[in-house]
Amino acid sequence: MADVVIRAERLGKKYAIAHQRQGARYVALREEIGRAASAFWRRARDMVRGTQLLDGEDIEEFWALRDVGFEIRRGEVVGVIGRNGAGKSTLLKVLSRITEPSEGRVVIEGRVASLLEVGTGFHPELTGRDNIFLNGAILGMGRAEIRRKFDEIVAFADIERFLDTPIKRYSSGMSVRLAFAVAAHLEPEILVVDEVLAVGDAEFQKKCLGKMSEVAHGGRTVFFVSHNMSAVQSLCGRGMLLDHGRLVADGPVSDVIQGYVAALESASREARTLEVALGPGLVLRRLAFGEGGVRSGEDAEFRIELMSAEPIVLSEACLLIHSELGVRVALVDLRNAGIRNVRVGDQGLVISGRVKSLPLVEGRYRIGMWVMTQFGGFEQIDLAVLSALPGAIDAEREVYPAMYRGFVELEFSAGIEQGATVASREARSSLA
Amino acid sequence: MSISAERIVLEPGSADRHYWRDLWAYREVLWILTWRDVKVRYKQTVIGIAWAVLRPLLTMLILTVVFGRLGRFPSEGHAPYAVMVFAGMLPWFLFSSALSEASGSIVGNATMVGKVYFPRLLIPLAAIGGTLLDFVVSAALLVPLMAWYRYTPGWQVALLPIFVLLGVAASVGPGLWLTALNVKYRDFRYVIPFLLQIGLYVSPVGFTSAVVPGDWRLVYSLNPIVGVIDGFRWCLVGAEPYWPGFAVSSAVIALFLWLGLARFRATERSFADML
Repeated sequence: MADVVIRAERLGKKYAIAHQRQGARYVALREEIGRAASAFWRRARDMVRGTQLLDGEDIEEFWALRDVGFEIRRGEVVGVIGRNGAGKSTLLKVLSRITEPSEGRVVIEGRVASLLEVGTGFHPELTGRDNIFLNGAILGMGRAEIRRKFDEIVAFADIERFLDTPIKRYSSGMSVRLAFAVAAHLEPEILVVDEVLAVGDAEFQKKCLGKMSEVAHGGRTVFFVSHNMSAVQSLCGRGMLLDHGRLVADGPVSDVIQGYVAALESASREARTLEVALGPGLVLRRLAFGEGGVRSGEDAEFRIELMSAEPIVLSEACLLIHSELGVRVALVDLRNAGIRNVRVGDQGLVISGRVKSLPLVEGRYRIGMWVMTQFGGFEQIDLAVLSALPGAIDAEREVYPAMYRGFVELEFSAGIEQGATVASREARSSLA
Repeated sequence: MSISAERIVLEPGSADRHYWRDLWAYREVLWILTWRDVKVRYKQTVIGIAWAVLRPLLTMLILTVVFGRLGRFPSEGHAPYAVMVFAGMLPWFLFSSALSEASGSIVGNATMVGKVYFPRLLIPLAAIGGTLLDFVVSAALLVPLMAWYRYTPGWQVALLPIFVLLGVAASVGPGLWLTALNVKYRDFRYVIPFLLQIGLYVSPVGFTSAVVPGDWRLVYSLNPIVGVIDGFRWCLVGAEPYWPGFAVSSAVIALFLWLGLARFRATERSFADML
């Protein structure tokens, strides 16, 4: 068909990863020397052959993307969703030519601009003006084109006064605005965008989304990857769901999002162990939050099982509660329950607790985690699903459908007093 | 957008097919990356571009004192020793700064390589391009230096641009090779400064290559920089090069250029996966 602008056939991308063999706790010096010698020998051999050096004894092939096929027509706006590590970023990298596929092929008709990061190539020592030219050129604009759009870019970013200041003096919001302004003026036929909208303040995000839908309505094709389901839903007509490197759903965006959340829910109900990495070293073995569903207004119990092969210090941990569309509804900051700087070892650690009288409107909530260890902070969303069921109290009172009630059920009281408004009192006194 | 082709096919090995066409299409990126490297280099330094003057001047002084005065090495013909040293130092600095700037360039621009596509070759080329400015500034220093010694070069000085090109070619080959190696094996970060330090003494920078015994000159010319330095000295102080040796050096330069380009191309498609 003439109108297909991206056609992917049996696309696959393979990486080699290495594991450190889990050995005995105490190693004799002799064995350690032997191991170092064999590692040196292996590395020297790799170097002579010209292959990549990998740290670890067992090398395994890993398909980040496998057997992915789709066709995208001109003017379609496609949202790609999936868990962390499902292959979304790899797909974007292949489409934007950063890495070559290991098998299969993609045919792209038209000029592509990809925006995998805001401000790629920005140099902190250079001024805003210089960086517009630098970033524009790297993203694929010619100098003449940048000069033509220069004023528009500056106006969109709203940085006129700081044009000749090195951007290391900019606030992070300012440099994000500048970066997006450059990217927004690319005017490609196909725009490939990663979660760049996750940064910047709410007002600017709105501006960016507006600019993107403008691009989409201009008959151009947009390929958008995000965790922010409400952005995906409002922007995209079509959704694609990736799971373990495979394309598992492709269709109208609301169907795909619903299917994704439902699959997540059933997975969290069935899977006894998760084995999800929460950053380097730390493994989440199980996460349960209000298993089997919790009635609104009742207590919800949670249980987190962590493990680490090497002892690790968990300095912070939070449960993240997101709405179905990815808006953060609440944060369960476990530091406030005295859980900070806890050691996690190979024996595992269980954190359990309860949220008192869950104030959530019925619906499905996506549960994620934020952890902080000595290796840094790490956020993983979509680890489990919490189903809030209609509360017992709802049976006795009038309620609107859940979609009108937001996320939080408030406890409140109110009374009435007839004819007591300020206006009516004044009216009465003027009559007298 | 003006540059990417209207129809792109991505499959294993597809990057090789339009290599030179792509490179040409992205030429503006080369220009702008060079401009960036130059602009950033002397930011936050007190004396800025004056470093490009000071560095060769001080090196010249030291080499002249050590080899010319203390070692009593002979100069070329009747050229002052300092001028002779400076003529050899120009290509050496071109080579050594090109090599050190290029070799770290891909690793230094890792975020860019992982986030946006353009021909990777442009990054080391821009780094080498940036060092050319330093070269021009240092070369301009020859004028006052020769005036000070009341020395006038012969007609050969008109041929200098040819040898500058040869010097660039000599830097690009090993530069690209080391760049590619440095991405894969970071050991080269430690090897390169060491190599360059040895190179300064192995190459005829502080002395003339005429001091090398006749039987060994051909072997000595396997060092590609020997040919470039001899060429520079011929242009500037009129010392006729040993032509068979010059031919050997040129052949080695060509070989390295091919090798560097081939090795770079073979590894560049996986740069994004290795960084």
